[in-house]
Amino acid sequence: MTDTAIDTASVVRQSLKKRYRAERRFRYMGLGAILLGVAFVLVLFVSIGSKGYTAFVQSQIALEIYFDPDVIDPEGTRNMEQIGRVADFSRLYKNALKARFPDVTGRREVRELYKLISNGSTYRLRDMVMSNPDLIGTRQTLWLVADDEIDMLNKGFIDRDVPESNRRLSDRTIGWVDAIDEGGSLRKAFNWDFLVNGDSREPEQAGIGGAVVGSLFTLLVTLMLSFPIGVAAAIYLEEFAPKNQFTDLIEVNINNLAAVPSIVFGLLGLAVFLNFFGMPRSAPLVGGLVLTLMTLPTIIIASRAALKSVPPSIREAALGIGASRVQSVFHHVLPQALPGMMTGTIIGMAQALGESAPLLMIGMVAFIVEVPGGPLDPATVLPVQIYLWADSPERAFLERSSAAIMVLLSFLVAMNALAVVLRKRFEKRW
Amino acid sequence: MSDINLTTAANAVALPPGMIGVNDARAPEKTEVPTETVGVVTVAEPRMSARNINVYYGEKQAINNVSLDIGKNEVVSMIGPSGCGKSTFLRCLNRMNDTIDICRVEGEIMLDEEDIYHKNMDVVLLRARVGMVFQKPNPFPKSIYDNIAYGPKIHGLARSKADLDEIVESSLRKAGLWDEVKDRLAEPGTGLSGGQQQRLCIARTIAVSPEVILMDEPCSALDPIATARVEELIDELRQNYTIAIVTHSMQQAARVSQRTAYFHLGTLVEVGNTDDIFTNPRHKLTEDYITGRFG
Repeated sequence: MTDTAIDTASVVRQSLKKRYRAERRFRYMGLGAILLGVAFVLVLFVSIGSKGYTAFVQSQIALEIYFDPDVIDPEGTRNMEQIGRVADFSRLYKNALKARFPDVTGRREVRELYKLISNGSTYRLRDMVMSNPDLIGTRQTLWLVADDEIDMLNKGFIDRDVPESNRRLSDRTIGWVDAIDEGGSLRKAFNWDFLVNGDSREPEQAGIGGAVVGSLFTLLVTLMLSFPIGVAAAIYLEEFAPKNQFTDLIEVNINNLAAVPSIVFGLLGLAVFLNFFGMPRSAPLVGGLVLTLMTLPTIIIASRAALKSVPPSIREAALGIGASRVQSVFHHVLPQALPGMMTGTIIGMAQALGESAPLLMIGMVAFIVEVPGGPLDPATVLPVQIYLWADSPERAFLERSSAAIMVLLSFLVAMNALAVVLRKRFEKRW
Repeated sequence: MSDINLTTAANAVALPPGMIGVNDARAPEKTEVPTETVGVVTVAEPRMSARNINVYYGEKQAINNVSLDIGKNEVVSMIGPSGCGKSTFLRCLNRMNDTIDICRVEGEIMLDEEDIYHKNMDVVLLRARVGMVFQKPNPFPKSIYDNIAYGPKIHGLARSKADLDEIVESSLRKAGLWDEVKDRLAEPGTGLSGGQQQRLCIARTIAVSPEVILMDEPCSALDPIATARVEELIDELRQNYTIAIVTHSMQQAARVSQRTAYFHLGTLVEVGNTDDIFTNPRHKLTEDYITGRFG
């Protein structure tokens, strides 16, 4: 007996070193995996952040605008409706530019000079006059949005050392910008336009607002449909459905659906919702329906798992004092399962928020300038907007796609934070 | 399957046919129930009576031809080794087995002259009349008050808040828990100790005022002191309720019950006065079990 005991101890002791080494090795590998993951996330964030942050400021040029009655209202009628329709408000800033650089003559030079200012300023000046006709005849110093090329130059993205022929801006233009800058009339201001505007061909006027609102409507439709349907399906399958081959088949199919590529759901949506039911193209309603199809399996699977994790003793307790099955489920099981269900739903929603492929199929990839006012208006969504901008040749769209990614990621973080808060709130009820 | 055969063989060996049910001085009457059980399965005033119950889980037969009466205001304990079907039988009495898809019950169980497996019998009503206390304390993850009030609420037993308060208090008092929890009715029931939780579950069951209370090893998760409290409680509850209790502890069966049924591999081997069973078992299997030769 004693022999064996001694043997055991020494054998164990001999193997100890090896065992601990294996454990240490595994720990280092785990740590390495985490560090690698964190490093990639950091690289991603830094790269996007460093490319995108400049999109949140915009170059503006101060000009003294003379609201010339001869330009705005040559006939002196003061009929605002008429003025709004026919007056050429771009003339106002063009005249101001000409007054700023009186030396510039010649058609081509003048045309180039006019390009310093974004042509979106036309609408701004028009809106100013329409809302306040008293401006006519006055002089105002206004900060007008500079053209995107000027913006790029001001932000240092255009290399002045490159030969003029290889540069998008001529030496002449750069000279004007420098002159304006020296006069203190060039500044970088927070870019509200980027947050509230819809898309535009002109980068300096393009904004993420339309896509954000489109995403909101789409997600709202998705949430309102997929949460109740998914939870109801999960409850029925888990608590009420008989366990037979038919329900087994359904279960297998739900699991398969969760793995179906999303573009297939897009095609389905195109065939069913647009072609068969004739729903409007590019509408968040249809986008929401398609994303509902896509997220339902996720929500059903997560909800069933949440229901399964509720101990059966709770159900028995309720049934044992004479609760009906519906009562036992809704009074006792569901409140316990709800946090898990919500986690699943938020994961599904986050997936839906980042989804672009199925939405391309139903026309949400269209170029839409207007910010949508409802789920039936044509709209695009954040990931599709990123896709559109990343595809554009202008340098200014590059920083805008990065900034749009930042907005999308903040959306995701906000949603996940909300999920955590909701879960904590509901879990508190024991 | 082989288990069942074994039992029948054991019975055949251990039990000359003439022995069945004879020489039972206590039996006031004897119904003709075809069964192999030793002792008298019937009582004069049955609250519930089961006749020729067979239970199958899929292909496997879990209970084989069991007949047993549960008399008014008596405590019947069911003992036997693990897997002998005593819990399954108990769960037949309020149709808790309905929740198991593959479970099939044959036979007849009467509750006050009503067949509880009749298609017109409502299980919700049945379970309100035949309450159940489970092996593991399973209070709802709600407040102590809500735990008790839930049953009366869903059945509409309380007309007003005051009514409900009264039911909660009297139930907790009957369960001997009132003094311990009266100041913290709003606290979660899951925060109580194991013994308190089980008494809370008993209080929850009696809040519905059932006629019969089924207890499935109610003390197996409790320490001896908590067990003693629950046993006392069972004895008090006998005044007003009919109780069937499944237990692994023979001492407990001896302490709380008036009649004892010994189950073995799905058959009811012997039924009798608790005192008789423990002092003078007539069946070989019963004797082996209570003397600790197996179990």
